[in-house]
Amino acid sequence: MDTFVQQLINGLTIGSIYALIALGYTMVYGILRLINFAHGDVFMVGAYAGYMLAIHLGFASSPSIIGFVVVLFGSMIIAAVIGMLIERLAYRPVRKYSRMTTLITAIGMSLFLEYIFVVIFSGTPRAFPQLLPSDNYTLFGNATINTSQLLIFVVSILLMLGLQYIIFKTKIGKAMRAVSFNLNSAKLMGVNTDFVIAFTFGLGSALAAAGGVLVAQYNPKIEPLMGLLIGLKAFVAAVLGGIGNIPGAVLGGLLIGAAETLVVGYGQYIGIPSTYRDAVAFAILILVLLIRPAGLLGSNVQEKV
Amino acid sequence: MTRIFLAVGLITSILFSAACVQKGGNETATNTGDTIRVGVFADLSGTTASFGQSTKNGIELAVEEINNSGGVLGKKIQLFVEDDQGRPEQAKTVVSKLINQDKVQAVLGEVASTNSLAAAPVAQEAKIPMISPSSTNPKVTEVGDYIFRVCFIDPFQGAVMAKYAANNLNAKTAAIFGDVQSDYSKGLSAVFKQEFTKLGGRIVSEQSYAQTDPDFKGQLTAIRATNPDVIYVPGYYGQVGIIAKQARELGMNMPLMGGDGWDSPDLWKLGGEALKNTYISNHYSADNPAPQIQNFVKAYQAKFGAKPDSLAALAYDSAKVLADSLKRAGSADPQKLRDAIAQTNNFDGITGKITINAERNAVKPAVVLELDPSKAGFNYKETIYPEGMSAPTADTNTNANSSMNMNAMTSGNMNSNMNTSMNSNAMDSNTMNSNAR
Repeated sequence: MDTFVQQLINGLTIGSIYALIALGYTMVYGILRLINFAHGDVFMVGAYAGYMLAIHLGFASSPSIIGFVVVLFGSMIIAAVIGMLIERLAYRPVRKYSRMTTLITAIGMSLFLEYIFVVIFSGTPRAFPQLLPSDNYTLFGNATINTSQLLIFVVSILLMLGLQYIIFKTKIGKAMRAVSFNLNSAKLMGVNTDFVIAFTFGLGSALAAAGGVLVAQYNPKIEPLMGLLIGLKAFVAAVLGGIGNIPGAVLGGLLIGAAETLVVGYGQYIGIPSTYRDAVAFAILILVLLIRPAGLLGSNVQEKV
Repeated sequence: MTRIFLAVGLITSILFSAACVQKGGNETATNTGDTIRVGVFADLSGTTASFGQSTKNGIELAVEEINNSGGVLGKKIQLFVEDDQGRPEQAKTVVSKLINQDKVQAVLGEVASTNSLAAAPVAQEAKIPMISPSSTNPKVTEVGDYIFRVCFIDPFQGAVMAKYAANNLNAKTAAIFGDVQSDYSKGLSAVFKQEFTKLGGRIVSEQSYAQTDPDFKGQLTAIRATNPDVIYVPGYYGQVGIIAKQARELGMNMPLMGGDGWDSPDLWKLGGEALKNTYISNHYSADNPAPQIQNFVKAYQAKFGAKPDSLAALAYDSAKVLADSLKRAGSADPQKLRDAIAQTNNFDGITGKITINAERNAVKPAVVLELDPSKAGFNYKETIYPEGMSAPTADTNTNANSSMNMNAMTSGNMNSNMNTSMNSNAMDSNTMNSNAR
């Protein structure tokens, strides 16, 4: 029983990260109908930004709450700026062309980010400093939860609540919903759509960066290609939940995280080796596309943000 | 109009490529005369870049020493270094480039077996001798008769750790947690399983990970449920540090064991305190007081400002073996050079006496090291000899004291202390170890 609970904790931890990244995919898709393949790499950029902040501001040597908060928000801001720059420099000039053009641009952007970081930082994995003192809390029996895991849960939930607030209670949120509903009509009604789109990219990138810092606390190894697979899985999570749908992205992330961890833990009893964890995420994607193309919570009439 | 453009473009490109070929030909004709051209391929920017950097450093140090003492065959050695980014397909490409474009006369590389395996067929086909400093998977040299290595192979390395687990750590049960993408890891896992079972142990859990896995807690939790005495993790430093950390977070404090893939300065940053109570098999110990080793450590530290890991030592040896073979061959002709490398016998390297056997592998002892995070270094545990190797005592398996053992190896002195039998357990070698230090 404790093993099962432990696996569930492990799965939900990694699932929360998928959820945070999936939010960025889903928001951008909701507004532009664009799969931003560079989003996983923004996650990586966030982790590196956190790394540089922690090293240069001196938080690496002495773990403290303040250090963690500064690094978290600092990297979110840096990633938000980079996300908006990507939108301005790469996506906006091609926005008027077909969706295929933007998609290819996104793939190019992803490769660009990955290899520019290989050039700058080299591909060798770097150790991310510990920002908070690490502790283990025993839940019951053998099931334990670590500080970094708790952090992932708490921060993810807070960020998701914050996102809900921005989207449904603020003016810019209303504008985002309007743009996602119909870009041209929103424009005609006087909404500054360029700004709204840039804001959406910034918001999504900030969430991805938060994911990057949180993952780096949990698995303190960062490298330029770290966003590749995690980004793909977050994309699967967004599709699973219904792309364009925000609660769907969260649900999809948690489900994918739990599913792959349970495959690792129990798959071998039914003949699935633990290395099939990645295959499972993509098998789920195929099943969803076959059975419920709109995703678990998605539908064509629901409002998309 | 378009047609004319096409035609002009085509003609230009033909002329251009012809010019290039011409140029390349000239260059090699003039250059091969005055230097011995040696290609090096290593991962300098990928996920195992620390391996590549050490390898490059070791080779550069050796070549500098060789050239300073007059070179070989009256010529200097010229290095051509290529980065394969740690990717097998890239390894293949750069080795083709080294052979076809740079016209190297021999190739040194890689560390990761998967990359060596990808590149070896290229060298074999071109009949250019290739020496891998540190790829331990047996399949590497099976590619063909031009492929050599100066390190021991996995069946030996895996067996060393199985023996150490069963005899010194008194483990009855073990779990294996391997890297699914690496030939190195798969080879070691299979050998460890076989040998540990042979010694009466039981493998209670076999899990694997991919290098891109975002966490390892799923597999580790599954391993925890089977409660093994030790966990064998034959992976690379980029993952094993995190694995150790997450295992300890899950309250798993049993010994972890690994191989030479753990050896990297980056390991300490990634694993930290979690690396307590872990053991690895390795090629040499930089703390060995033998003068030859200490001279190498000093020269390396002076040049690169870091302690040489075993990959640097092996790379150094591979370049030295190559130079020695060139001398014996009397020419850089690939065929003669190949034969000379194959005849390498009792070459006195940093990592021990190197004798190339019929399978083109080096037959050498391995050392078992305990990791010590407090000094970011290793504590020597023992040296284990391969079967059939003329070890300094009748007992080929266990010896308790490092310096004595190594001295005996090189000078042939016998020492009664070394007859410690297989039963000398961890406790015993611990005390001996602290005495030696």
